[in-house]
Parts: sequence; structure tokens; C-alpha cells
Amino acid sequence: MGSYRGDRGELVPILQEVQDNLGYLPENIMLDIAKFIGVSESHVYSVASFYAQFRLLPLGRKRVAVCRGTACHIRGAPQILNVVEKTIGLKEGETSDDLEYTLETVACIGCCALAPCVRINKDVSGEMTPEKAKEILLSMDNGGQDVG
Amino acid sequence: MSDKRRTVHVCQGTGCVSGGSEKIFLLLQDEIYNSSSDGEITLKRTGCHGFCQQGPLIVIEPEGTLYSKVKTDDIPEVMQSILPGGKPLDRLFYHDPITTKSVRYYHDIPFYSKQERTILKHCGNIDPEDINDYLAIGGYNALKKALFEMTPEQVISEVKSSGLRGLGGAGFPTGRKWESCRNAPGEKKYVICNADEGDPGAFQDRSVMEGNPHSVIEGMIIAAYAIGAENGFIYVRAEYPLAVSRLKIAIEQARGEGFLGNHILDSNFNFDIGIFQGAGAFVCGESTALVRSIEGKRGRPKAMPRPRTTEEGLWNKPTLLNNVKTFANTPLIILNGSEWFAQRGTEKSKGTAVFSLTGKVVNCGLIEVPMGVTLRKIIYDIGGGVPGGKALKAVQTGGPSGGCLPANMIDMPVDFDSLTKAGSIMGSGGMVVMDEDTCMVDVARYFLDFTQRESCGQCIPCRLGTVQMFKILDDITKGNGRPGDIDLLLELSEAIKRSSICGLGKTAPNPVLTTLRYFRDEYEAHIHEKRCPAGVCNFN
Repeated sequence: MGSYRGDRGELVPILQEVQDNLGYLPENIMLDIAKFIGVSESHVYSVASFYAQFRLLPLGRKRVAVCRGTACHIRGAPQILNVVEKTIGLKEGETSDDLEYTLETVACIGCCALAPCVRINKDVSGEMTPEKAKEILLSMDNGGQDVG
Repeated sequence: MSDKRRTVHVCQGTGCVSGGSEKIFLLLQDEIYNSSSDGEITLKRTGCHGFCQQGPLIVIEPEGTLYSKVKTDDIPEVMQSILPGGKPLDRLFYHDPITTKSVRYYHDIPFYSKQERTILKHCGNIDPEDINDYLAIGGYNALKKALFEMTPEQVISEVKSSGLRGLGGAGFPTGRKWESCRNAPGEKKYVICNADEGDPGAFQDRSVMEGNPHSVIEGMIIAAYAIGAENGFIYVRAEYPLAVSRLKIAIEQARGEGFLGNHILDSNFNFDIGIFQGAGAFVCGESTALVRSIEGKRGRPKAMPRPRTTEEGLWNKPTLLNNVKTFANTPLIILNGSEWFAQRGTEKSKGTAVFSLTGKVVNCGLIEVPMGVTLRKIIYDIGGGVPGGKALKAVQTGGPSGGCLPANMIDMPVDFDSLTKAGSIMGSGGMVVMDEDTCMVDVARYFLDFTQRESCGQCIPCRLGTVQMFKILDDITKGNGRPGDIDLLLELSEAIKRSSICGLGKTAPNPVLTTLRYFRDEYEAHIHEKRCPAGVCNFN
């Protein structure tokens, strides 16, 4: 926490930095943050649980996010989500036991002109079709398991 | 191509990056390095050029040749075409989907030629990571003018007479907001740029920040001078990493040039900007929720009656909160004058509107038009109409707080007041086109699903009411609609609008109300005939 002063206003940025480094917010670290800033543990938890960005459990190495923005929705995002769920064998919000995959949906990536979109880690792929989505997932390192 | 110096712009907006434009840039850089071009070719990374659907885009200036859907394999040929004496690559030109004719210059493509770009004028032809590019187009001259030739009151008066309005639901006059913040008692004041573009289906703020970040920063500095603030924040969604990194670079460069920090341009005026990354909560687009979020709290709006944010905002100090495009407009108004700005637009909606044009439309992308143009012009002249010969059904504006307007209203002018009258809002600028294959009940269900997830949970009408509305809509789309559901939806809508404490709840029923107003027959077909006219809903 070297670069922080311990102001209340630093809570969200600190949580973001921890998550950037560790992928999620471990309980013991949230307790340390509460002490550092001088707020109650419940306050840290209430903030961490309020914002969609924060994860309280570890995430998979491959974070697959299906965009469910409006443009994506009307251009077939529900079908994309469906095929992604079947291909990696997870439901929205789940992480595989071996921590290989996490499947999320996002409200909007902002790549609407190329709807529907899927983001894998930091890479966005646009103009998805169910076939293309499946192909991309299966071509990732180690491949995916086809349970569909 | 004729022998002269060329600048090759490779679009690095999020859309083109997803198509591989970073790699295209690097390959082209190598090609140029290894060529015999001898400094005649300058390569630039730019922000969003707007025509995202045709990306990755390469634009060759000064003549304006546009290469669309460029792939990495095309680069050697692209390079040959740029070299003196090279032949332009016809196959990468834009091909009009109707006439199938190829068009070489972007200014001949209707998608561009029918727009009027002021805020977006330089998005796509300057390097957003190089302040010199912004300075070369007159950047920060507006700040110099404001600082050395105008009093803060004159700045406010100029913005007031321009007629510029904010992009919240109500379209509040920007100048009046600035004035009330200037007049609010207190030494310490803040300026915040609301870049928490949370509306699904909208990316215009992201594109402005990625394409011309200094225009937003310059606008904020001028606003700070006008209201007397020394600190500012840009509240930007964490989902926009590229915008965040470009803003950080731009702020650093602006400090280096003396536009930010203490004694700006050797004056007595001090102002600096920090970036705050929103952590993913739609409700934080609401001013009091946004402020609480910066304070390290849950992003829960304050209930009315409460003082305005301009009187009591961040850390209880007077705070000016404006949208990205409002700030981006500011330098233009100061430099060119309020009369110049007010030339465009209608009597009560001045200037231009920037939209993310998406959905079932041939040309998707980022567009800018004068206020008051018709939806027809946007969808058909610029957007190229609905693909696949399908019929237009509706246009959605304003995101989850807005509404769906039917095809028979497309001759309506697009301005603050017409949209509000029709049951929608201008909002920050999402415009999603829907065709005959879009089910309007499913669209309403989609938006209520969104708002019930995003409700902060603080007030009951929003927390429980949106869930109930969602459940009713979900039932209808699954063939379990009951007679009386429509009346129940109307009753719930009225109650939620009247009794929610913030804009999220107050506007959440709008997508349902507008689809009921204009597409009631679709609800009835679902409920009474167990039939989805668009063939979207599955009744198994």
C-alpha cells in the first residue's frame, strides 16, 4: 500500500489494485485494508460486494465474458451465451474447479458496432456467430471441453 | 497515387483493435522502416475514426483514401500502394452494400459525408497519445483565450448563450449549472467529468476519450477556471482500459506543457485532474451515487429533497459534474463563440449530437449530426438502412432510461424535447436500430433485466418493483402471460416512476411504457395468442 495515504477515498482504487494483482479480493487482505484506511471491516465488505467489478473468489485463468449490451442482445447475444456455456461447461458467473475458466457476462464492452461481442481476458472479438464463438473457445490453449 | 508526403492513420479504437489493428500498425511500421520511402510517409495511431463496422480502418491523408476491413495479410500490398507511384488497392475500398460500387475516399462515403462533425472532427486524424497533434490543430488555444482574455463570468456567459445542454435525462442548460456552482458558497470546489458510460449500446464517450482526450481535459480546465475549482476527476468506467490509459498519458502531457498543475501558463490559476475508475455500477452515472463512489462508499444515490450537487457534492463541497461531450464542446464554444455553436441545431437544442449507431443497421459506428435532424436521415442516409431488405421496426435511444420509437415516427427531429415528448430521452447517445425480427416485448424484458440487476437496492419501488416488472415480462415472453398483465405493468410503472428516489428508478419503466404505447399489439399476441410476432420468444 506504499503509494496510498490511507484516505477513505482510496478504498475503491486500493481494492482495484489488489484485484488487478491477485485476480480477486481475499478476505485477509480486505481486513488489512479496513485497518489501513481506518474503516470497519463491514464497510470494506459492503463496498466490495456492491460493485460488479469486484470478485470475492478466485477467477479462472481464462476469463470469458459475453457482452449482453443492447446491440449485442438484438444481434444474438443470448445464443452466443448459450453456446459458450455448452462449450466450456459453465453457467454465467461460474468458475471451473481447476480454475481454468470463468464465464461472466458484461453489461456492455462498448464495441457495439461489432455486435455481438465476446471478450477473452483482454481481447475482444466481434461479429460473433455461435460457430465462431465455439471455434475461438476450442482454439484457446489446452482447448475447451466440448460437453455440448 | 501521386508523389507527395502522406500520413497513414491506423485506427486504434476499441472496435478496430478487436480486429487486429495493433498488429496492423506494427507490421506497417516495419514495412515503412524497411522501405525506401525516405521520410515521406508518416504513420500515426489514431482514435476511433467512426466507421467501426468496416474496421480495421486505415486512412491515408491528405487525400483521404480509406481502406476498410484490413487484414494483416494485406499489409505488404497496402505498403506498395502508399509508396510513390503505387496503385491504390481497390479491393480494400469501401464497397457500397446497395450499389456494390467501390468508393475510394471516405468523404465520398455517405456514412461520413452526411454527418457534421465538430466534437468528433479530429477523432481519427490525430494521435491521441501525442499532445503535439492536439496543439497543431489549435488545442489549448481556447484555454489561453479563457484564461487571459475572459473573466470566469464571461466564460459562463458565453456557455450560457451558446445554449449547450447537458446529457442527463432533462437536458439541463450547462451554463446555468456552471453559474450555480460558481455562486455556491465555499472555497473548495470540484469539477468531475462523468465518463461512466454505463448505458448498454453506447460507446460515444469512450470514443471521444480514446480519440481526442485533450479536448475533454481542456474543457474541464476551462470549466474549473469558470467555477473556481482547483481539483477535478474523470470518473471513467473500468471496462474502458484503453480510454483510461490514453487519458493518463494526456493528463501527464498536459502537466508537462503547463496546462495542468500550479500556476497554469504562469497565471494564478491552479487546477489538476485525477482519474477515478468506476468499479462497475450503472447507478454511478447518477450524480450523488458517483460522488459517493469517489468517497469510497457504496454508490447509492441520495434521496430527495437534497441540495444540488453543484451546492453540495464531493466531500460536501460544490461540485460541477458534466458529461464527456459537454466538456469536449467547451473549447469549441470558447474559441469560436457561442453564436458559431448555436448556428447548428434547433431553437431549444443547440449544437450537435453524437450517437453510437448500432443494431440492425447497415453502417454501424460513431456519428455526429446537428440537433434536429430526423431519425430517417440518421438511419437511412448515414446508416444505409436496415440490412437484408428487412423492415425497420423501432429505434431505441437513451439506453435503459429511454424508450423505443416506432418506424412511423422516423420523420421526427432528434432533439431533447421531441425525444422526451415521444417518451424517450436523448441521454448520452446510444441509438439502437431494430428490425422486424426484433421482439419488442423481449427488448422490454431485456432492459428490465438490466435495471433490476443494476438497482442499488436502497429504495423499495426500484428494488422490488423492477424485479416484479421483469418477472411479468419474463412470463409473457415464455408464453405464461396472463390477461391483466398489461394493466399491472402500467400500474407498477406509474408507482416506480413516482416513488423511486433517483433517476435510475424513475426512468426504469420507460422501455416498457414506450413499447406498450407503440407496440401493444405485440404484448397482446404474446399474452392472448401465445405467439411472438417476431419469432424471437420460445414458448416451449
